[in-house]
Amino acid sequence: MEAQALQFFIACVTAAGFGIAVAAFGCGIAQGLGLKAAVEGIARNPESSGKVTVTMLIGLAMIESLCIYALVIALILIYAHPQAAAIAGLFAH
Amino acid sequence: MAHPYLFFVKLFEAIGLGHFAHSYPHVIYSWVVMIILITLGVIAAKSVSLIPGKAQNVFEVIISGIENFMIDVTGEEGRWLFPLVATIFIYIFSCNLIGLVPGFFPPTASLNTTASCALTVVIFTHIIGIKYHGVKYIKHFLGPVWWMIPIVFPIEVIGHLARILSLSFRLFGNMMGHELVLGILFVLAGLFFAPLPIMALGIFVALVQAFVFFLLSMMYFTGAMEHAH
Repeated sequence: MEAQALQFFIACVTAAGFGIAVAAFGCGIAQGLGLKAAVEGIARNPESSGKVTVTMLIGLAMIESLCIYALVIALILIYAHPQAAAIAGLFAH
Repeated sequence: MAHPYLFFVKLFEAIGLGHFAHSYPHVIYSWVVMIILITLGVIAAKSVSLIPGKAQNVFEVIISGIENFMIDVTGEEGRWLFPLVATIFIYIFSCNLIGLVPGFFPPTASLNTTASCALTVVIFTHIIGIKYHGVKYIKHFLGPVWWMIPIVFPIEVIGHLARILSLSFRLFGNMMGHELVLGILFVLAGLFFAPLPIMALGIFVALVQAFVFFLLSMMYFTGAMEHAH
């Protein structure tokens, strides 16, 4: 029972690590694409720099929030796990 | 996760309400932010004159800036929404910023605060819809053609529930992640001032997240007020 609980906890922490890594990878690409389009827009029309910058920041915050969802799940897996009592019992010895 | 040193929590311990203060630091710091904002508001409103002095000028610039931006997004009929969305923006911005003061805990780093703000916004969206359209508000959920209703209606309902989740989790995740990174960096390399760049990023994140919450609230209100497509 102890060994199974420990394996479960190891699997959870591994999943958390890989989950946030994949999320950060996707978020990086997406924000890079958005930033690329914004900079191209400013380069073509420097007068619109203010509006383009504001729109770009809002878009970046939206994309970043997807990565934050994955971060919250990863934190739940490591720290606020539903089986928190059983896992805490593992480390009590 | 170690419990950081929180100034007001220690204050409550001295009074004797230590157990309450340790379990609910977000409530205590929400009250701190509220008292600060109400005090600022009272000071600003006390000496309103036709020719503005320096402090009144600053407040006028801030408030009129927010109002003009709001009218840009919602149009002229959304002017009555200004007190709610401006309160949301200023309250969330202050809550986020107060976490950067050493010894203070940002109330928005707890899911309770952010979920309450998100619930207020989404329920108010529906109240606006019913107030403007009456029973025909249901048309917003039914899609363009009548034979797609069984598909479109659950998707719209889930979309509205997802708004609550996304609003609250976006703000909570940003603030809690910031607090976690600060705590870990402090434990790892506190003597070398390692948390300082993260705190500089924190000011930027505080403003952006408050602004995004404010902008999304306005877009949801505008969507409820306009006619269904």
